[in-house]
Amino acid sequence: MALKMVKGSIDRMFDKNLQDLVRGIRNHKEDEAKYISQCIDEIKQELKQDNIAVKANAVCKLTYLQMLGYDISWAAFNIIEVMSASKFTFKRIGYLAASQSFHEGTDVIMLTTNQIRKDLSSPSQYDTGVALTGLSCFVTPDLARDLANDIMTLMSHTKPYIRKKAVLIMYKVFLKYPESLRPAFPRLKEKLEDPDPGVQSAAVNVICELARRNPKNYLSLAPLFFKLMTSSTNNWVLIKIIKLFGALTPLEPRLGKKLIEPLTNLIHSTSAMSLLYECVNTVIAVLISLSSGMPNHSASIQLCVQKLRILIEDSDQNLKYLGLLAMSKILKTHPKSVQSHKDLILQCLDDKDESIRLRALDLLYGMVSKKNLMEIVKKLMTHVDKAEGTTYRDELLTKIIDICSQSNYQYITNFEWYISILVELTRLEGTRHGHLIAAQMLDVAIRVKAIRKFAVSQMSSLLDSAHLLASSTQRNGICEVLYAAAWICGEFSEHLQEPHHTLEAMLRPKVTTLPGHIQAVYVQNVVKLYASILQQKEQAGEAEGAQAVTQLMVDRLPQFVQSADLEVQERASCILQLVKHIQKLQAKDVPVAEEVSALFAGELNPVAPKAQKKVPVPEGLDLDAWINEPLSDSESEDERPRAVFHEEEQRRPKHRPSEADEEELARRREARKQEQANNPFYIKSSPSPQKRYQDTPGVEHIPVVQIDLSVPLKVPGLPMSDQYVKLEEERRHQQKLEKDKRRKKRKEKEKKGKRRHGSLPTESDEDIAPAQQVDIVTEEMPENALPSDEDDKDPNDPYRALDIDLDKPLADSEKLPIQKHRNAETSKSPEKEDVPVAEKKSKKPKKKEKKHKEKGRDKEKKKEKEKKKSPKPRKKKHKKEKEERTKGKKSKKQPPGSEEAAGEAAREPVQNGAPEEEPLPPESSYSLLAENSYIKMTCDVRGSLQEDSQVTVAIVLENRSNSVLKGMELSVLDSLNARMARPQGSSVHDGVPVPFQLPPGVSNEAQFVFTIQSVVTAQKLKGTLSFIAKNDEGATQEKLDFRLHFSCSSYLVTTPCYSDAFAKLLESGDLSMSSVKVDGIQLSFQNLLAKICFHHHFSVVERVDSCASMYSRSIQGHHVCLLVKKGENSVSVDGKCSDPTLLSNLLEEMKATLAKC
Amino acid sequence: MIQAILVFNNHGKPRLVRFYQRFPEEIQQQIVRETFHLVLKRDDNICNFLEGGSLIGGSDYKLIYRHYATLYFVFCVDSSESELGILDLIQVFVETLDKCFENVCELDLIFHMDKCNCWVIDEASRRKKWEAQRHQQVHYILQEVVMGGMVLETNMNEIVAQIEAQNRLEKSEGGLSAAPARAVSAVKNINLPEIPRNINIGDLNIKVPNLSQFV
Repeated sequence: MALKMVKGSIDRMFDKNLQDLVRGIRNHKEDEAKYISQCIDEIKQELKQDNIAVKANAVCKLTYLQMLGYDISWAAFNIIEVMSASKFTFKRIGYLAASQSFHEGTDVIMLTTNQIRKDLSSPSQYDTGVALTGLSCFVTPDLARDLANDIMTLMSHTKPYIRKKAVLIMYKVFLKYPESLRPAFPRLKEKLEDPDPGVQSAAVNVICELARRNPKNYLSLAPLFFKLMTSSTNNWVLIKIIKLFGALTPLEPRLGKKLIEPLTNLIHSTSAMSLLYECVNTVIAVLISLSSGMPNHSASIQLCVQKLRILIEDSDQNLKYLGLLAMSKILKTHPKSVQSHKDLILQCLDDKDESIRLRALDLLYGMVSKKNLMEIVKKLMTHVDKAEGTTYRDELLTKIIDICSQSNYQYITNFEWYISILVELTRLEGTRHGHLIAAQMLDVAIRVKAIRKFAVSQMSSLLDSAHLLASSTQRNGICEVLYAAAWICGEFSEHLQEPHHTLEAMLRPKVTTLPGHIQAVYVQNVVKLYASILQQKEQAGEAEGAQAVTQLMVDRLPQFVQSADLEVQERASCILQLVKHIQKLQAKDVPVAEEVSALFAGELNPVAPKAQKKVPVPEGLDLDAWINEPLSDSESEDERPRAVFHEEEQRRPKHRPSEADEEELARRREARKQEQANNPFYIKSSPSPQKRYQDTPGVEHIPVVQIDLSVPLKVPGLPMSDQYVKLEEERRHQQKLEKDKRRKKRKEKEKKGKRRHGSLPTESDEDIAPAQQVDIVTEEMPENALPSDEDDKDPNDPYRALDIDLDKPLADSEKLPIQKHRNAETSKSPEKEDVPVAEKKSKKPKKKEKKHKEKGRDKEKKKEKEKKKSPKPRKKKHKKEKEERTKGKKSKKQPPGSEEAAGEAAREPVQNGAPEEEPLPPESSYSLLAENSYIKMTCDVRGSLQEDSQVTVAIVLENRSNSVLKGMELSVLDSLNARMARPQGSSVHDGVPVPFQLPPGVSNEAQFVFTIQSVVTAQKLKGTLSFIAKNDEGATQEKLDFRLHFSCSSYLVTTPCYSDAFAKLLESGDLSMSSVKVDGIQLSFQNLLAKICFHHHFSVVERVDSCASMYSRSIQGHHVCLLVKKGENSVSVDGKCSDPTLLSNLLEEMKATLAKC
Repeated sequence: MIQAILVFNNHGKPRLVRFYQRFPEEIQQQIVRETFHLVLKRDDNICNFLEGGSLIGGSDYKLIYRHYATLYFVFCVDSSESELGILDLIQVFVETLDKCFENVCELDLIFHMDKCNCWVIDEASRRKKWEAQRHQQVHYILQEVVMGGMVLETNMNEIVAQIEAQNRLEKSEGGLSAAPARAVSAVKNINLPEIPRNINIGDLNIKVPNLSQFV
């Protein structure tokens, strides 16, 4: 053995440590991947060694490699091995590696349950801390369920370091195991008033996180938080609370009213910018929630805006950014108060920081009004010119368009100005947003009839200078505007001043360098233009002129016929033939203009974007019905179109009201007529169907822009947008004068009337009448369409499960799965007494519990019984089992306690093979120690691997009287072999005080550590618990004697073992052997193994049919190996152990356990 | 909640990668790379917030970062965290690192990695040793500041005290590098010239307002 050790450490000298690894990676820059794969091979070798230090070193290196992006999941088991090392150094390495690499998919994670539980209850706070930290990163639903109670106990740990970690990790537990929220909540709430600021802040953190997801469940905590907010001085806590209030106020406006004052005070008093900022944010949230009910908070708004202005003016870019961010929130509800800071926000457009500029742009979007739109856009245009870098300039461009076009051009009073802006924007180099500008041009030209003339003149000059735009082919995107220009000039050619000139411009050879889709539009619109020129010439009687135009077409069109773009080619060929035909007709002096124009007769009207979808399905038409039955052999091909129809149908309201109203009838008639008009085989009643179409009464349903142009402006040439600003001012002035006049008149009429705000010198938005009007195309929704609020909620949202009512009293079924005792929910620490609310809440379930106990129906009672005697055959349990089955298969059966890890691994094959296996009744490792009328003691003895030869005795003290028990002290008579660990400086005869008091009916757990000399034999220790029972009648000194039994099994610690390691161990041959046989056992093998695992702290190494090998280790490092075989009615257990005495004692204990089965 | 904490140097080499939500390793690396390219583009004198968007978790998330000489500390947080608070937290974290490594004066080294390039080979190897040993240490320190994505402790003295206690505990156990390995490295380092101790980190340019408010 010793030799092995020495050899191990010599080996270690040649191992690479992490430092060598890092150095190596640096030195192998060229072939890093190869070097690392080499290292990984070495690491695999190291992991095979027994020396835990070598393993830890290897895992350490793996953690580093994980950071570099290497998958280390293959080493999960080794990581668990290092986690279960006794030394903190290794444990810490193991847990770090686990926290970096474990996740829900890691299958070995279930093996960690016991290890973690052991570490959680470790006497060393750092072991516990490390386990908590690790667990916070890889907790799974199973771990959460199994450890919830242990963690909850830790929330009342004596060390604040542990308390705060335990509190924080509860959030993760809640997420994975939502059932734990209600039982744990009272204690969590209690931690809000923990004396340690760290714990308090952790509790606030957790509750804020919970409340953020489901705020309504936490409204009842508002008073408590309110108290905290006014009393706490910890800025972290304050920020969290204030953020929380921001989430709560929308649900409870009364809360908002209460908050305003303290928040305002904080805003005035604090010097921490972060706190100030959050206060302002929450005040804004409050004001938003109040905005409907209480109008008079202008002072608060002013304060917020003022403070934000200070932030924005600050030289710190971060504050500036946040200030703008918060400002945009105010903007939504109180645009007026933000608008007064327009100057400041415009200034931010000059900022060197792009994020700030973008934020400012966002703000501007909301700040525009009819009054200031031109000014703001003008300012933006100057920025467009100055801007460096295309991204920001593109952003500016889209923002300008957004700002102008928002809510149907609501703020545009002069469309000529807007067209000029768009034209100016086309001079931007290298923008990607040509199509955006084009879309705007088309939209405005189509919808604002009055602007068409002006638009056409602008577009024709654009077309004229098209060579500028198209000069460099890769001026990505801006040439898109030519698409719009060509279309507008063609479609509204009647407004063109010099159509011939434009026609020539559109037929220039240069045009063929444009993208295909633009050329196609060119070709199509050239004909429209041609048609209108033809008509003009014919009307004027210029036959020659007409022929000249035709000749021009015939000459120029072939260049498009040669285009590589199919669309262009096709259109051009078609049109060329048409024009040639016209030429022939012209040669015969036949008037053709009328017929050519007929090609493009009729006007295009704007249609709402969704209008097509809104066309109702005519009554009696079933879109899903087959017109012809599908052919049976082509079924697979039909599948797809069918699915498409189905989808379509779902979006549409299924059922249309049968009583079709007038409107609908008219519409249907219209549709029919239109269909007839388009049907060449239908004999029409009128020669011009288009015209008739416009006259029909049903046509109003189609949204058509109605234009009322009051001041038609005629600006010759290519005007700059700037001049409109001036013109607009004049126009407004004019309007104002008129209005004032009218108002004066009115005033004279109603002299008694109240004074009007309107008479103030500042004109409000409403006063400005637009020069042109746009009809707002409202987007209707089908009648049956539902608001889609519910779609927003993601059914997979993990936080949904936490939407739990916390005010309902706890039901028994809701208790956390407890492997040991039931103190958790009801136990109280002394400081709890000054939290009346919390107490009341936790009392309720307690009472219930008692009642149930009396009736003997409670599960706990059963557990209790099982603690006294060992589990006995079940009777009358059907009821309970049923309950449990209905409770959900998900949570299955809670396998009690330490059996979990090993048991689960072993049980798996059985579950597959024999799913009807009867579950074991819940068991507890806690056994009754002693009881009297005052108190009941149950205890569990656990070995600890951290400290050699130490066991921890967890004693649950339950107060059964109605007195308060205090001054409890435990004294144990030490034996030669076992000694109790006492606080420093106390003598052997002193008792160890229990660190809590017990109010009536409450139980709590205390832990005591014993040092054991030899673990080979069982031990019995005598002890006494002395305490003072105090009730209304006075206090009495009481005591209770007990005998503490350390069985050999209690010295064993569940340790996982690999089958190859197990085989090696047995091969070594230095183990002595012994065996026992027990007859008359009815229990299934599965449950039998579970019992051995649970009561004797073994783990299953391997299992084949009804034969299993098991392993455990004593706290002093004795290996114990078992081979368990089940016969017909008997079980034989062969054991091998490094100490024969220990083995025989163990087997005796096991025999006793099995005999009870 | 904090979604992820990334520390990388000016060349994008990760120094610490801590995700509080499961991502496969290759995605983690991709995120580190993307984040690096995002922050690299930004000047030092512009704001420290980035609306990360597509990077991690969508629009609710923000990247909040600080740049110290050669290292970027990036926190990806959701809207429940206060932006300025997280900036202060990064400051606390960095100052804690500074404090914990003070006795070896090697935080300076990492702060001035680029200036160190002219150093002799031995210096460089010493530096690597720092990285190696500290990689774990930095994680341990971070674990005392942030746990499972939630802020655990913001009081620097408390953090330092806990770290020191744990390191003492580790020392009492003999540490990971047990005697033989230590002997080897002692031999290796025997001829190291004195590491310059006067590197000044005055140019850290800390601009957090009122840090003291949080302590």
